[in-house]
Amino acid sequence: MRKFKEFIIEKLILICGLASIFFVILIFLFLTKEGLAVFKSVTPANFILGKSWYPISEPAQLGILPLILGSLMVTLGAAIISIPIGVACAVYIAEIAPLKIKEILKAGIELLAAIPSVVLGFIGMVTLVPWVKSTFHLPTGLTALSGSIILAFMAMPTIVSVAEDALYSVPKSYKEGAFALGATHWQTIYRVLLPAASSGIVAAVMLGIGRVIGETMAVMMITGNAAVIPQSILVPVRTLTATIAAEMGEAVVGSEHYFALFAIGIVLFIMSFIINVTADLFLHKRR
Amino acid sequence: MRNTQRSQKIAFFFLFLATLLIVLPVGLIVVIIAQKGMPAINWQFLSDIPRQGMRAGGIFPAIVGTFYLVFGALFFALPMGLLAAVYLSEYAKENLLNRIIKLAIINLSGVPSVVYGLFGLALFVVFLKFGASILSGSLTLGIMILPIIITTSREALESVPQSFREVSLSLGASKWQTIRHIVLPNAIPGILTGTILGLGRAAGETAPILFTVAAFYLPRLPKSIFDQAMALPYHLYVISTQVPNVDEKVRYGTALVLLFLVLVMNLVAIIIRYNFRKKKKW
Amino acid sequence: MVKFSAKDLNIWFGQIHALKGVNIEIQANEILSVIGPSNSGKTSFLRMLNRLNDLYPGFKMSGWLQYDKADIRKLDVEVLRKRVGMVFALPLPLPLSIFENIAYGVKMHGEKNRQKISAIVERSLRQAYIWDEVKDRLDVSAFKLSGGQQQRLCIARTLAVEPDVILFDEPCSGLDPISTAKIEEAMLKLKQDYTLVLVTNNVKQAARVGDRTAFFLSGELVELDKTEKIFTAPSDQRTDDYIRGKFG
Repeated sequence: MRKFKEFIIEKLILICGLASIFFVILIFLFLTKEGLAVFKSVTPANFILGKSWYPISEPAQLGILPLILGSLMVTLGAAIISIPIGVACAVYIAEIAPLKIKEILKAGIELLAAIPSVVLGFIGMVTLVPWVKSTFHLPTGLTALSGSIILAFMAMPTIVSVAEDALYSVPKSYKEGAFALGATHWQTIYRVLLPAASSGIVAAVMLGIGRVIGETMAVMMITGNAAVIPQSILVPVRTLTATIAAEMGEAVVGSEHYFALFAIGIVLFIMSFIINVTADLFLHKRR
Repeated sequence: MRNTQRSQKIAFFFLFLATLLIVLPVGLIVVIIAQKGMPAINWQFLSDIPRQGMRAGGIFPAIVGTFYLVFGALFFALPMGLLAAVYLSEYAKENLLNRIIKLAIINLSGVPSVVYGLFGLALFVVFLKFGASILSGSLTLGIMILPIIITTSREALESVPQSFREVSLSLGASKWQTIRHIVLPNAIPGILTGTILGLGRAAGETAPILFTVAAFYLPRLPKSIFDQAMALPYHLYVISTQVPNVDEKVRYGTALVLLFLVLVMNLVAIIIRYNFRKKKKW
Repeated sequence: MVKFSAKDLNIWFGQIHALKGVNIEIQANEILSVIGPSNSGKTSFLRMLNRLNDLYPGFKMSGWLQYDKADIRKLDVEVLRKRVGMVFALPLPLPLSIFENIAYGVKMHGEKNRQKISAIVERSLRQAYIWDEVKDRLDVSAFKLSGGQQQRLCIARTLAVEPDVILFDEPCSGLDPISTAKIEEAMLKLKQDYTLVLVTNNVKQAARVGDRTAFFLSGELVELDKTEKIFTAPSDQRTDDYIRGKFG
C-alpha cells in the first residue's frame, strides 16, 4: 500500500517536472495558432519590414518596422544608461562596499526589482516626463528618452545581481595572486576580476536587455505611443509590447488585427528565446 | 605609486556614484509615493467602491480582485512548482532531458509578461472558453510565476545537506519518505521566500491580466471565479492614463497601496531568508 | 556463519574503477576492520554492503555480493538498509530532537504506537551508552550534544531499527581520544549481538577492536587475516609497509 502511494507520488513529481517544457511548447503553439493566420493577408517580409502600421484602416496596413525600431531605440537607450551604471554598481557591491552596507545595498536593489512596472510608469509620468519636456523644450515629454530612462531602472537590478554573482564566483586565488604582485585593488579589479568575470557580465547585460525588450506597462505609459519610424530619441515612439497591450482590448477576436497582434507576440517570444538561451550559454561558459 | 593610488580613488568614487544613482532614486520613488499618497489613505478609500467614474470613493474592489488573483495563481503554481523543484533536485539525472527542462524554465522566466497575456487570452479565455475571468487571470499569472517558484524552491531543496539524505536512506527509509520527512521540512524557509517573491510579482503585474481578467470599472465585488475583477495595478494604469481629471491624490494613493503590498511581501521574504541563514544548524 | 560474501566484486564510478575483483567473506558476530590509505576503495566497499553507492551518478557493479545467501541486487533496498545499518564518518544527527532522531527510522518503518517507540528509544540509547547523559533532555535538539555524544546518538539511531549488521565508516575521525574510547567500548559489547564492519584510517584502532583485518590498496583487497597475524606477521610486503607507516 505504501509502495503504491509512493509510486503515484513519484509519477506526479515526474509530470510536474516536465510541466515547464509543456508550458513553453503550449505558449508557442497558441501564439502560432493565432498569429500565423496574419500571413494569409500579408507576407512575412512585408510584415516585418512594412513601414506603416494602420491596423484598422481599410485595407489594414500591417507593417511592424516602426514598432521594431521603436523597441530597438528605447532598448538601446536603456542599455547605454544601464550597462555602465549597473556593472559599476555590481563592482562596488562585490568588491568595495563594507559588509553591512553591502547587505543594505543588495536589499535596495531587490526592492527596485520588486516595484511593479505600472508604478514606475506612473512615477515616470508625473516626474520624468515633465522634466524631459522642459529640459529639451519639446512639445511633449512622452518620448523614447523618457522610456529609456525608466527602462534602464528596470534593467539594472538584473544586471547588478547577475554581474555581482559573476564577480563573486571568480576564484579568490586570482585576486590574491594579483595582490601578491603588488597591484592595487583597482588594478586588480579591472585587469583581473572584470576579464575573469566577463562572460557572466555579458550574460547579465543580455538578461537585462531581455527584461527591457519585454517590458510593457511603463513603456506604454511614457513613450507616447506614436507608431511612426523614429527620427530621434526625443520623439514619441511605440514599442512591440505596448502595441499589443494597447490594442488587444479593441481588436475583435478572429480579425486580421487580432492575428497581427499575436504575430507580434511570436516575434517577442522568439526574441526572448534567443536572448535567454544565449545568456544561459554565457553563464555556463563561466563554470 | 602616488599616481596609481589617485586613479584608484577616482575609480572608486565613480563606482560609488553609480551605486548612488541606482539606490537613491529607489528611495526617492518610495518617499514621493508615500508622501503624496498618504493623505489619500483613509478607511473609506480602502473599503469603498470607486465612485463618480473612479474620481472618488475607494479602491476596495481592486484590492479584493488582486487578492483573488494572487491566491488563485498561488493555488495553481505552488503545488506544481514545488513538485517540479523536487523532481529537479531529487530525481533528475544529468542528461539531455534535464538540460531541456532547465532551458524551458529559463525561457519561461524570460517570456515578456504581455506575451503571457496573449497566451492566456488564446488558451484560457478563447480556447477553453473561461472568458475574461478570475480563473483565466489566475492561471495566466500562475504560469508566469512558476519559474520563480521552481527556481527558488530548487535552490532551497539543494541546500539541504546530502548527508541528511544518506542518513535517512541508510536507516531504511524510502526515497519519498526521505524527501517528505527530512528534505522538505528543512527547505521550508527557502520555499516560503520564493513563494512570497512570486506572489509579489503576481500582485504587481498588469500586462498578463489586461485581456484575461481585468475590468475597467466594476463597482462591485466578484461573485465567482468566472467573474471579471478589478485589480490594483490595472486600476492604477486606468486612472493615470485613461480617465481624465482624476485627483492626483487618488492616483498616488492607489500607487501607494500597491507599492506597500508588494514591498511588504518582499520585505517578509527578505526577513525570512535572513533569519533562516542566521539560525541554520548545519 | 557467513553474513556477507563477495565474489569477484568490481565497481565503477563513471570511468573510475573503484573496486577490483574483491573476494571476501564476513562472518557473523565478528568485528572486521578494514584499513588502507585514502582512495584505496575501503569506503566504497563499505557502502556496497548497504547499497549506498547506488546514490552516486555513474555507479556500476559486476560480480556477486550476497547478504545471508541472497543477492543484494535482488533484495528490496529498504529492507537491506534496515538490516544493515550505518554509522558515518562525522556525527550526523538529523535536524530533530534527540528523541526524534532515534525514533525516526522506527517511524519510517511504520511503527505508530507511542509507548513502543519510547521503549525502543530508551533501549537503543542504553545500548549505545548514552542514556544517562541525555535522559533528562530528550526533546532538546541533537545538535546541542558534544561530538562524541552525537556519534553515540548516531549509533543508537542505527540500533533502533534492529539491524543485524552495523557498518562504521571511520566513526572516530572527528573525535577526541576519550570519546573514541567510549565508542570502541560500545563496539566491543555490540559484537555479541551484531556483526560489525569498521572502516578506519587509524591503524591502531583496527588493531584494538578488530577480530580480523582487511587491507585494501588501490581498489584491491591485498590481505585479509586475523588481526594479530596482520599486525605481527603480514604475508604481503605492502601490508607491512602500510602498518609501519611507510605510506598512506
